[in-house]
Formats: sequence, C-alpha cells, structure tokens
Amino acid sequence: MKRVAFKTLALKALGLIALLSLAAPSAQAQSIVPPSQHEGDERLEIGMNTSQIAITPDFAGTDLAIFGAVVNADELLNSIGQYDVVVSLEGPKDDATVRRKDRVFGIWINRQSMTFEQVPQSYTLSSTRKIEGQPGVPPLDAPGIGIGIDHIGLIPAGYMGSGDSLTEFRDAYKRLKKKSGLYQPDPGGVRFISSTLFQANLKLPANIPNGTHMVRATLFKSGKFVMEKTLPLRVVKTGLEQTITNAAHEQPVLYGMASVLLALITGWGASVMFRRD
Amino acid sequence: MTIYLPIAELSVNIFVILGMGAAVGFLSGMFGVGGGFLITPLLIFYNIPPVVAVATGANQVVASSVSGAITHFRRGTLDMKLGFILLAGGLAGATVGIWIFSLLRRLGQLDLVISLLYVVFLGFIGSLMLVESINAIRKTRKGVVTPRMAGQHPWIHRLPFKMRFKKSKIYLSVIPIILIGFGIGVLTSVMGVGGGFIMVPAMIYLLRVPTNVVVGTSLFQIIFTTAYTTVVQAATNYSVDIVLAFILMVAGVVGAQYGVRVGQKLRGEQLRALLALLVLAVGFRLFLQLVITPDDIYSLAIGGGAH
Repeated sequence: MKRVAFKTLALKALGLIALLSLAAPSAQAQSIVPPSQHEGDERLEIGMNTSQIAITPDFAGTDLAIFGAVVNADELLNSIGQYDVVVSLEGPKDDATVRRKDRVFGIWINRQSMTFEQVPQSYTLSSTRKIEGQPGVPPLDAPGIGIGIDHIGLIPAGYMGSGDSLTEFRDAYKRLKKKSGLYQPDPGGVRFISSTLFQANLKLPANIPNGTHMVRATLFKSGKFVMEKTLPLRVVKTGLEQTITNAAHEQPVLYGMASVLLALITGWGASVMFRRD
Repeated sequence: MTIYLPIAELSVNIFVILGMGAAVGFLSGMFGVGGGFLITPLLIFYNIPPVVAVATGANQVVASSVSGAITHFRRGTLDMKLGFILLAGGLAGATVGIWIFSLLRRLGQLDLVISLLYVVFLGFIGSLMLVESINAIRKTRKGVVTPRMAGQHPWIHRLPFKMRFKKSKIYLSVIPIILIGFGIGVLTSVMGVGGGFIMVPAMIYLLRVPTNVVVGTSLFQIIFTTAYTTVVQAATNYSVDIVLAFILMVAGVVGAQYGVRVGQKLRGEQLRALLALLVLAVGFRLFLQLVITPDDIYSLAIGGGAH
C-alpha cells in the first residue's frame, strides 16, 4: 500500500552504480595527483532516482533516498570521520499565520496573531550527526541561509510589538509545524555506504504539500562549510481527490454548480425512489 | 474504512460520516426539520474545520430540502409567489452573509462566531421548544384542550407595498417577508443551515401564513438560498467538500424516509420534547468547547491575515 510511485529497487541500484562510476575516476585522479597539492578541493555530487514524486490518495508518508559522493575527499580526514553531510528537503513557500487564544469573559478567543512571510511549508532534514554540535564538536552551519529548523527565516509581516512575543510566536510556529510532522529533523539519517559514497533518507510526511521542493545537500569538513548542491523535486498529488481539489480551486464556480447539481439529483432521486403518494 | 476528504484535507471514517448523515436525516424526517443546524455542529465535533462544515452543510441541505419540496409541490401545499419574495430577501441576505463570513475568516474569528451563533440559537430554540412541549404534555395529561391564541401584530399589517397571496389566502406587505428572507439568508451563509427552524415559526406567528403551506414554501426558498450559498462559498472560500457533502446527503435522504415513518407513529409533544433535549445537548457541547482551556492556545493557518 505504499502510495509513492517510487521506482523500483533496481532503479536505486542503478543510481548507485552511476554514482560509483562517477566517484571511481576521481579516486584514480586523486592517486595520480599528489594528495598535498589540492587540499580543500573536495566536491559534492548528488543524485536522485526521480525528480518527481506522484502521491496517490492513500499516501501515508515515505522515505526518499538521495545518493551522493564526496569527490576528491582527503583520505586521512575521511578515515577519521571529519566529513559531514547534511541533506534537507525544503517545501514550497507560503505565508503562515500563527494565532494565540486568550480568555475573554470566560471564552477562549483568538486575540493576537502574527503572519510570517514566505516560510517553507515543509522542512525535512537528515544529517550525519546533530547539526547543533555538542561540547568539542562544532555546530554545522552554512553561510547566509543557515541549516536546520532554527535557521528558517521567520519574518513577521508588518509586525510591531515586543521581542518577547515575537520569540513566543516563532517558537509556537516551529512547535506546531513539528507536531504536524511537516518539519522534522533526523540526525543520523545520512550514512556513508563506502568511504566516499553516502545515502540520505528523507522522511516525507503524509501531509507533504504539493509543488516544487528543493533538495539541498551541504558538505562540511571538520565542521566547516565546504559547498552545497541543490536539486529540485516536484511533488505531484494524483488521483480523484486531487482532481477534485484542483477543480475546487481552478474552476470554483463550476465546481460549486456541480455540487449543487449533485445535491439536486440526490434529493430528486430520493423523492422518486421513495415516492408513496 | 477511511476516506480522504479533499477540501477538508483530512481522512475520516466513512461509516462515522454515513452514520451522522443517516441519524440527522432520520431526525429531520421525523421532526420535519432540515437538519442543517445539527449536521454543522456534528461535523465540527468530528474535527472538520468549521469553514468546511458550514459550506458543506449548506450543500447537504440542498438535497434534503429538494425531496421535501417536491412532495409539497405535488400535494399543492407550496405558495410559489410567497416563496419567490422570501427568496429575493434570502439571496440578498446570503450575499451579505458570505461577505461577513469571509471577513471573519480573515480576522481569525470565524470559528468563534460560528460556535457562538450556534450556542445562542440552539440554546434559545431548544429552551423554547422544551417549555412548549412540556406544557403541551401536561395539558394532554389533564385533558384540557386550549385553542391556540391568535396573537395580533397590527403593525405588520399596516406596512405598505401590500400584495395578495392567493394560495396562502393572505394580503400582506412584502417588507416583513423580504426581511425574514434576508435574515435567514445571512444565517445560511454564516451557519450553513437552511433556516427552516426559524422561518417556519416566523411565518406562522408573524406573517400568519396558514400552517399547511408554511413547510412547503419554506423548503422551496431554502433550496435556492442554500444552492446559491453553496456556489458562492465554493467561489470565494473554496470550502465546499463535495465528497463529504455527497456521503452526508445520500445517508441523509435515506435516513429521512425512515424518520418520516417513525414520526407518524409517535406523539407530537413527546417528539418535540426529545428534539428540544437534543438541540440543547448539542448547544451545550459547543459551549463547553468555547470555555474549556484549549490543549494549545496557539493555532496555525496557511496564508496571511494577521492584524
């Protein structure tokens, strides 16, 4: 009952072989070039078995596998695990409004609200280790945009107020998103299959939004940002339910008329079937 | 067996929805009410977003009022002329109602207003019905038959723009008719009800329309107001769930047929007392939802609208 139209295992294997062949010549090249000459020349290559996921109505979430290779890896650093890879899947962006209820005359009423502009509707992250770091291990951070749920830019629209409530609303936003399964971190979701080849598993939640998502893979050496690669992933919902949703949004008047017609036929049909007078 | 509701965006147990539709259909057949005022709160209890519950409720009422109106049309207990004037007010009211609905939704106060309106209306109507039916039960026990008092509303009959309604055998100003239609239209958009539970007493007591044409005429106007509301809700709020509506209406029209049969065998006062208790229970449950501390005081919605 897996609803994602994932290609077969055979395809995954093909992807792996393709990446292996990609990694192999570079390994050769490395053996020819003196290793000391090109330090910091390592590159990241990634690939997916599909650039589009079709989600059928009984979809209940799945894993997306992304393969990649660290090309020109420094063997010494690699052998002591100094390379880290973070792979994230960022959903399409939209505005989001957080509201807070307060008690007014005994009744709970939405009192305050804050709209965050153009935030990713979903965010899944997978990494070789915890990105926050720990004593003795530096955090993984990319320049500019940052990595991880805590770095998602939550910019309030036309907001005026104290910084306290801004923090509160941001925390509430992240908490609600995590609770709904749309934002999820998975430290340990990336593992090296060989010294340079890695596989990242990203969990796609059941309620994953439609649209173009962005796969972003980032390479770190000794906790320092080296480079990143991005790939688009289209998520397309299929089936009767999606046809209905599309109709409701693209042809709303016709859709409304169809709903009424259905009701008229049902009501009329019943009066014919159960006619007693 | 679960089914995914595309507009409500959640998976529900199809048998729960069928059961709800059948139960409300049964009650509406038994008591001769549309059932919209029970369907919408029940859907909200089942975690269907109120926006969708209201719009879909209106769509479901189209089906349940069509079969009733056809029956009345065949029997000749339907005043078309009166119905069309009510409808003119109803369409205007529904348009204003949709505007209010969209505004409340933008302000984030829609769920609150829907619940409050239901608490007030269900509480009020339920209490009135309960008192009336208990009095009636007492009187039948005592064996006293009191003729219904013919209350006077001279101001209504002094209004201008009078019109003759042959079928109803009344001569009446169109102003109160349009106003009643308008008020019901607003409620149809904001609450997802047909409004029969308000229109029927208003027509009997305020307009003095003969009881035999009241139900047919109100059903006739409800078809068009709810149909119009469904289309406008679909066009402005994209909130009509056709899958949910279809399950509800199929179960509803079947349930109604059995309700009618049972209703004919039971005593009127006792039936009304039962319905009153049910209406009060639903209202009380909604009231609790408003006053109990929510699990999470924060909520999240896609899109803008903060103020």
